[in-house]
Parts: sequence; C-alpha cells; structure tokens
Amino acid sequence: MATTTEIPVTLNKDEILRYSRHLIMPEVGMEGQQKLKAARVLCIGTGGLGSPMALYLAAAGVGTLGLVDFDVVDYTNLQRQIIHFTSDVGRKKLDSAADKLKAINPYLNLRTFDTRLSSANALELFREFDIIADGTDNFPTRYLVNDACVLTGKPNVYGSIFRFEGQASVFATEEGPCYRCLYPEPPPPGLVPSCAEGGVLGILPGLVGVMQATEVIKLILGAGEPLIGRLLLIDALGMKFRELKLRKNPDCPACGTHPTVTKLIDYNEFCGIRGEEKPVGNGVPEIQVEDLKRRLDAKEDLFVLDVREPHEYQICNLGGYLIPLNDLPKRVNELDSSREIVVHCKMGGRSAKAVAFLQQAGFQKVHNLAGGITAWADRVDPKVPKY
Amino acid sequence: MPGHGRISYSIAMSKIHIPTPLRQYVGKQASVDVAGSTVGEAMNALVSEHPELRKHLYTEDGKLRAFVNLYLNDEDIRYLQKEATALKDGDNISIVPSIAGGC
Repeated sequence: MATTTEIPVTLNKDEILRYSRHLIMPEVGMEGQQKLKAARVLCIGTGGLGSPMALYLAAAGVGTLGLVDFDVVDYTNLQRQIIHFTSDVGRKKLDSAADKLKAINPYLNLRTFDTRLSSANALELFREFDIIADGTDNFPTRYLVNDACVLTGKPNVYGSIFRFEGQASVFATEEGPCYRCLYPEPPPPGLVPSCAEGGVLGILPGLVGVMQATEVIKLILGAGEPLIGRLLLIDALGMKFRELKLRKNPDCPACGTHPTVTKLIDYNEFCGIRGEEKPVGNGVPEIQVEDLKRRLDAKEDLFVLDVREPHEYQICNLGGYLIPLNDLPKRVNELDSSREIVVHCKMGGRSAKAVAFLQQAGFQKVHNLAGGITAWADRVDPKVPKY
Repeated sequence: MPGHGRISYSIAMSKIHIPTPLRQYVGKQASVDVAGSTVGEAMNALVSEHPELRKHLYTEDGKLRAFVNLYLNDEDIRYLQKEATALKDGDNISIVPSIAGGC
C-alpha cells in the first residue's frame, strides 16, 4: 500500500549496508526499502505481541514507529515480553522499549505516547500513521482500535492470543472486512478469561506478533497476499495452522453499507464494563485478608475453600480445601453449610462467583476473600509466591 | 450390515474442532466426532454429549452467542444456510470464539 508521505526518502551508505539482505531481493529492493523508511506504523501496546512486532519492524527499517502504552514492566511480563529485560522491572514500558529499539536501529524515528488509548485520543493519533498494529489485550480496546481504523481508513493488523491458540488477520482495509464483520458483539465480561486469568504460552505472542510484523511489512511493500479476508488460526499445541474465509458484512455496523458507528463510543460500556474493570460478583459478602489472618490465628472455626485449579494450588496455597470453580456444582455436597466458609482464588473473581453459587445453593455463612491469595501475599505473608 | 445398506449411511459424520478455552468442557479433546445431517444437528449432538458446553455457546433461549462463530470447512455458516447448512461425511466444523489476549 502507498504511504501518505510524499517526500522522497533516500538511504545513506550505512543504511544500504544495514539493509543489504533486503536490497538484494527483488521483492524489496531499493524501492521497497525506501517505502519501509517512509512508512509510519503505530503499535498499540508493547507487551507480548507488541514486543516482537516493534523489534522486527525497527530492525527491518520501518522509518517511523509509534508506540502507545501506559504500563510499567513487572516480573510476570518477562516470560514473554522480550523487549523488556529483568533490569527494566519497574520502569515505564515505553522507556524500556525505546532503549532496545534505538539500540537495534539508530535510524528509527520513534514516537512514544505515554497514554491509554481512548475514544478521546485514538482518531487524532491514528491519522498520523499509515498502519495500525493491534497488540492490545482486552475487548474494549480491540473494538476501539477497529472502529478508529475504519473511521480513519487505516488498516488494522490484528493478532490475538489465548493459552496455546492465536488468531491473526488484516482488518479494515478498503476492500476487506473489519473486526466487527467477524464479531459484531463482544462476549459479556467474565465469560472469556484474560491471559492474566487463563495464562498464555510465552512463545505464542512471539509467533503471532511476528506474523503481524510480517503483514505490516507486506502491506508497506505491496507484496504478496496479505491476510485480508482471511482469519489465520494458530494452534501451537498441535502446531496446526488453519485458514478461514472472512467476508465483509454489508450489514456491519462499522464498515457496512449503512454504518451506525459514525464516531467512537464508550467501549467499556459497549463491552458491559462499568467504570474500572472490577472483578465480577460485587455484592457478595467479603472478608479482608487481615481479618482472615486474625481469625485463623485465634483458631476460630473457619473453613477455607480454594476454588482455583490444582496446578495453581501447587504454586502456592493457604492449606484450603480445593474444589475448582467448574467442579463446584457437582461437588457441593462435600461442603458443610453449617460452618462458616471463606472462599478464595487468585484475585477474588472466581471465588466471588463461587460465593454467589453457594448462596443460591442455600449456604448462608460464606464470604469471599477480597483480592484472593495475591492480596494475602501482598499484605499478610510475603513468603507466599505471587503468580 | 446386511439388509440395512439402504439407510445406514444417511447421517453424515463430521468433526467439530474445539478451541482451547472450551476443551475443558469436552474432556480435553481437540475435536469431537458427531453425527448430524445439518450444522445445527451436529452442534446439538455435541452439547447433548457435553452439556457443560451449552451455556458457553448458546444463550438461554437457544441462540448461538454473538461472539461465537461457526465455520463449515473454511466458510462462515452465516454466509451459507446458517445452522440449517447441510453436512456431508468428513466435513469439518470449527467453533471460533473471540479471544482478546495480547499482553
């Protein structure tokens, strides 16, 4: 695809040497490398997908790379977010990423945006770039990126991952479908687990992020067959790749013939999330970790129920009785409703569902441990590992 | 089967591919073989055999959820005859729910 930059770009002697393996391929050549240098690509997020994308795009000679992120590097990121090093923990992801990208390619024009992408800033931001690469991790931002791409006419290079599975496509090109053609509506909150809840194989974002980088490069060069109108499904466990046809839906609310999405909306509301993302199950009785500690120390008769999975129990536990949330309905008879029960999970979300379920089943003395075993590790016993 | 040859092959056997997040509801299988002459029948056979799967795919009034897409081979059934789309032996059905992870 043509970039909007009209000023002819040239490569100096150092750049010619640096990109020589591109330059000797007819599919790239001097013309292609100049297109790469003139191109402006915006990466949303510098996490699992954003890390390999930004690293490869910078190395390949994309001239202007924008990064949007507001987050700070933490230890749990290091298993997959390879742009960040152990020594970066606690630093802004943008600062950490900028160091590596500049070190890889000093010719890179890097533009960093230390902000959360929102309906208020997305259109203005997208207009300054040619291609948007979506490396976000939640449904509201996915729909926001899609709609902003449709409204500004910028291709949306999409990748998404969960556990061992990935999806990749190129949305919102003039002729092709958009994300809403595939999924008109998001799932209700809580039904589809996030990577933080469900886990993700560390290599998978590498695999999918590099596919996204490949699609970005192809769009810039105008070479090959981009993933327009095709959804690539990646199963890393079986190492199987399948391709499904995507059609542009004439009734699509964003890119159809009579679009109803004519400006950006409140995407948290659209995705059923009110205010900050609170764990589901507000309103169930809660107990704080300090209270639980005090009451356990006083040898009060409390039954601690752990509703996480067995492999999580192996990482750390409070000695609670283990019944994974999904098994609770068929194993509820193992519990004594006359005793006071404190239910916990990792963060408090699953245990809130368990408490709501137990209340419906007639249990009256049941509490949710607010913040889960993570809060216990933070505020009661730092020896308990966090994960 | 002697004497039954005329009807015994009338119901197609298809393979339904199960995405990772839903495999916990089908005994961790990556795919399930089911009998059914339409996509709807095959899906019904699947959720009858694995009832816990139903609420993840269908709303309470029995409609396929909006964030779940069904594909017959490489084609979205919304552009075929939806759940009435006919099946033949060896067809592949894919359940493709939306995932958002990226971090």
